[in-house]
Amino acid sequence: MLVYFIRRLGQAALVLVVMALLVFVGIYAIGNPVDVLISPEADLAEQQATIERLGLDKPLWEQLWLFLVNALGGDLGRSFVHGEPALQLILERLPATLELALVALVIAVTAGVFLGLWAGLKPDSLTGRSIMTGSILGFSLPNFWLGLMLILVFAVSLQWLPAGGRGDTVSLLGIRTSLFTLDGLSHLILPAVTLALYKTSLVIRLARAGTREVALQDYVKFARAKGLSSSRVIYVHVLKNIMIPVVTVIGLELGSMIAFAVVTETVFAWPGIGKLLIDSIVNLDRPVVVAYLMMTVFIFILINFAVDLLYSLLDPRVRLSEAKA
Amino acid sequence: MSAPASDTPGQGLSAAAAAGEPEALHAAPLTARSPLARLARDFCASWPALIGLVVILVIAVVAVFAPWIVPQDPYDLAQLDIMDGTLPPGAESYAFGTYWLGTDVQGRDMLSAIVYGLRISLLVGSVSVACALVVGSAVGLVAAFFGGSVDSVLMRIVDIQLSFPAILVALILLAIFGNGVDKVIVALIIVQWAYYARAVRGSALVERRKEYIDAAVCLGLGTRRVLFRHLLPNCLPPLIVIATVQVAHAIALEATLSFLGVGVPITEPSLGLLISNGFEYMMSGRYWISFFPGVALVVVIVAINLVGDRLRDLLNPRLQR
Amino acid sequence: MKRYLAALAGGALALGLAQGATSGPALADELVIGVSSEPSAIDPHYHNLGPNNALKEHIFDALIKQDAKQRLQPGLAESWEALDDSTWQFNLRQGVKFHDGTDFDAEDVIYTIERVPNVPNSPSSFSIYTNSIESMEAKDPHTLIVKTPGPRPLLPTELSNIAIISKETVADSNGGDWPKTEGFNDGSLAVGTGPYKYEEFVKGDRLVLSKNADYWGGEPTWDRVTFKPIASDGPRVAALLSGDVDVIDNPPTQDLPRLEADPEVSVYSGLSNRVIYLHMDQHADDTPGVEGTDGKNPFKDVRVREAVSKAIDRAAIVEKIMGGVAVAAEQLLPQGMYGASNELAVEAYDPEAAKALLAEAGYPDGFKLVIGTPNDRYINDEKVAQAAAQFLSRIGIETSVDASTKSVFFKRRNDYEFTVYLAGWGSGTGEMSSPLRALVATPDKDKGYGGTNRGRYSNPALDALIEQALATLDEAEREKLLQQASEMVIQDYGILPLHYEVTSWATREGLAYEPRTDQYTMAMSVTKAE
Repeated sequence: MLVYFIRRLGQAALVLVVMALLVFVGIYAIGNPVDVLISPEADLAEQQATIERLGLDKPLWEQLWLFLVNALGGDLGRSFVHGEPALQLILERLPATLELALVALVIAVTAGVFLGLWAGLKPDSLTGRSIMTGSILGFSLPNFWLGLMLILVFAVSLQWLPAGGRGDTVSLLGIRTSLFTLDGLSHLILPAVTLALYKTSLVIRLARAGTREVALQDYVKFARAKGLSSSRVIYVHVLKNIMIPVVTVIGLELGSMIAFAVVTETVFAWPGIGKLLIDSIVNLDRPVVVAYLMMTVFIFILINFAVDLLYSLLDPRVRLSEAKA
Repeated sequence: MSAPASDTPGQGLSAAAAAGEPEALHAAPLTARSPLARLARDFCASWPALIGLVVILVIAVVAVFAPWIVPQDPYDLAQLDIMDGTLPPGAESYAFGTYWLGTDVQGRDMLSAIVYGLRISLLVGSVSVACALVVGSAVGLVAAFFGGSVDSVLMRIVDIQLSFPAILVALILLAIFGNGVDKVIVALIIVQWAYYARAVRGSALVERRKEYIDAAVCLGLGTRRVLFRHLLPNCLPPLIVIATVQVAHAIALEATLSFLGVGVPITEPSLGLLISNGFEYMMSGRYWISFFPGVALVVVIVAINLVGDRLRDLLNPRLQR
Repeated sequence: MKRYLAALAGGALALGLAQGATSGPALADELVIGVSSEPSAIDPHYHNLGPNNALKEHIFDALIKQDAKQRLQPGLAESWEALDDSTWQFNLRQGVKFHDGTDFDAEDVIYTIERVPNVPNSPSSFSIYTNSIESMEAKDPHTLIVKTPGPRPLLPTELSNIAIISKETVADSNGGDWPKTEGFNDGSLAVGTGPYKYEEFVKGDRLVLSKNADYWGGEPTWDRVTFKPIASDGPRVAALLSGDVDVIDNPPTQDLPRLEADPEVSVYSGLSNRVIYLHMDQHADDTPGVEGTDGKNPFKDVRVREAVSKAIDRAAIVEKIMGGVAVAAEQLLPQGMYGASNELAVEAYDPEAAKALLAEAGYPDGFKLVIGTPNDRYINDEKVAQAAAQFLSRIGIETSVDASTKSVFFKRRNDYEFTVYLAGWGSGTGEMSSPLRALVATPDKDKGYGGTNRGRYSNPALDALIEQALATLDEAEREKLLQQASEMVIQDYGILPLHYEVTSWATREGLAYEPRTDQYTMAMSVTKAE
């Protein structure tokens, strides 16, 4: 366990460093942030002074070295635009994104497991087939297009829900969340559904396949033969077994959800880290882009680790040392 | 997930495939026809898949012969007239004729723009998948055949690559590369090759242990010959499934990137960029600029996924043996 | 991003109608403003950027203020005059107090101007406005003498950008070092003499100001002003319609007709000081992106430049691309602003004459051209470029558009990668010397001329006129020189103005907004309509 943990940690650290380097150099190559930030009225001397003030006059390797040294001390640099620590900017926005991803995840799992169970228990019924065909549609609708259509239908035509933005927030343990206000929830529904659709399709397929497999197993047949009610068989035996693949995949997909929130946040003007990333790329705010990526990688690593732990809890046969890295 | 633009489509696939489609087992026919004929017959047994295939074929033909089919070259600015801008579907123009699907703000015929957009989307999807397939298969084969440290280094890289969501990697890459069809293709190859590497390695490892490979090696056949003539063909079926679905993923990913403004250049819009361009007019009632390209995009992706889904059922490695 | 976020407006509109009754307008003397972009800092000397500059007008004062038309008005200086070619005297207002009760005097001004170049990490410093100051001296607490190296008629305009901070309050905040930006952002140093006081700043959420009842310019209208950053157009319009906010800036152009039709809402639009132009490489012989000219640069020939100008239907661009919310441009600053010529008229659309001119210049069959443009910097920028390309293609110049995001575009433009490019210029000083000096004066590092003249247009006669104007202290004389210079460059087709951007604000019924050419959104511009 410990060895496994250390190996994972080392690998993760390596990934973080390599990635930070690549992105750092890559963004350096795009252009000069001063071109975007500076007042157009500034003359050439002033442009030069600004470049020096932001440390952009130093050779690339020196900027890189400074960045790495500071990063070891937990300082990922200051935003060129806001003059504030990049990490702080991201942490301020992170709750909005996590909130969106978590709600989407809950929607995906509940709807997906329910529909998948149904389709698995009655594979040849019209409903079962419709659910499966529907899941193909779910795989196929591009996220941004779905978002646009939802806005068009629910915000423009029916006028039931807001078209975008985040609603009222309340402070909970120092974190601002919109989960506990009616206005906040009404703003959350459309983006969360948009983000959830693909995962829902995924869960439907997993749950259906799992159900089909489990339903043929001896212990389920035995349980049925014992006269257990069909709902008890489903909820206790089948559900528990299909949750293993579902938990694994969903855990891994939480990371991708946070990443894909970039698209959803853009469509719905959701003030999370995805939108911050896009804005920072546009402004060549390199410290923020690099910090964002390091933060996301860090979250991915945490999630993978949590999934492995959870997996070993759900299925005692799996020992951590054997779990895929 | 811009749906198909899944970050880890391999996962969805392999998970679904690994969990098995048990009823497919029973469906496996035992008749002694040629495998291809059997495949074709089984494929046609599913009408959604058949429809999907027909749609793909029709779209492919239209896209290839676009210049001879559509009324306007939407990329030739001299053929456009902004005085014909944002006309609704069916509008007549003295100089042009009828704009069946309306025009965008530059006076571009939407029907022509969509057909040309399809061309770009299909081109990006198929070329990037083909290249990624070649690169990925080569890496996977090499890893499986040589094993040891070569294998573990290559697979570590694959792991790392797969641990990043495709959309994020592609977004950063394109932010650095800049706009362009060629750049989008390169970025898509970079984010896709690892799926194939992993899949090929998986099947190759199974095949590797079989006697015929040992026999080939014992016969003194060259490494390359063993790899490509013996190992590769036997790893193909799962690859075909992944590649099919992956074309849909690539198309959707390209659309998403173009929507975010880092994909193809505005003068040669793909479907994604057409949707993006029309978005701001959609709410003020001029829906057609964005809506029709969206429909075209969804139809293409659904059709490919229907075919891919059927192929997955039929080519599931489990029921091959 | 702009492209699709802008689009949400319609949805928001509908939404607003749905929510109309949920929340009433703010109390009579409270004002909530939804702004499209929030300031990057409260520190008035950190970032020379629109939202920051608009904010600093609330909390701080400059010696001289710019009104809605960017004309100079007395601020903390009651009057000013040039004593000789290189000496200015500013007579400061007496009895003015900072928000924390400290007195305002000449020492505060000197301290402020010395601090301006010493703001750590500043991405866009205000020192461009203080560089021309050689020395300062407080003749008495309310008389300031400023020396410049030579005649500097723009000094009062430049100083109108410098917000005065309280030396007593901030000088010791950082252990003898210059005060830090963070101190302003958390409010402890955000102490000015302006009409509103700092209350609270939660980045990305709200910025709250309260009334400074002792304001020297009279009691401000609003007891409490809240700025809410709502970057996307849709939700911003929705917030206005639902009454969550009382005023918004930059309502999207597609929705203006509908907003104007709404009885609950009023729209106020005004011409801005920003011109959108095409610049042409008139320097290199081998210019990129041009083909079919035997390696010659066609834009060195004035007939080609004139042909391009005549080929573009500016009225059609304003009408079809800008939705009517723009004004076709004849020069670099709208008529009526200081230094704009009244003699010039918008170039008439005349494709036949354009073709004839091309043929005369030796290009009867035209040539191939690439126009560079940003796609996220100005309103509809890449669409305007495409439309221009369309018009050029029609006279035989086979034109394509190379659009990129602003960061990439500016880098490439500054590397002279475009023969013809589209860009915009907002005159920060509100007078003609700003665009002339930046866009068409021969590039000269030492003089600070031609900083954005990436077409490298060079006309010694024009340079001499600009230089003469910038050394002329007499207002009427200088304006005449600037008008002449403007006529000279336009008649030489050194640069092709396309249109002026129009800025809009929308308010709840019962409120009025005085449009500003500098595009600032300020509580002081909001009045209760009769």
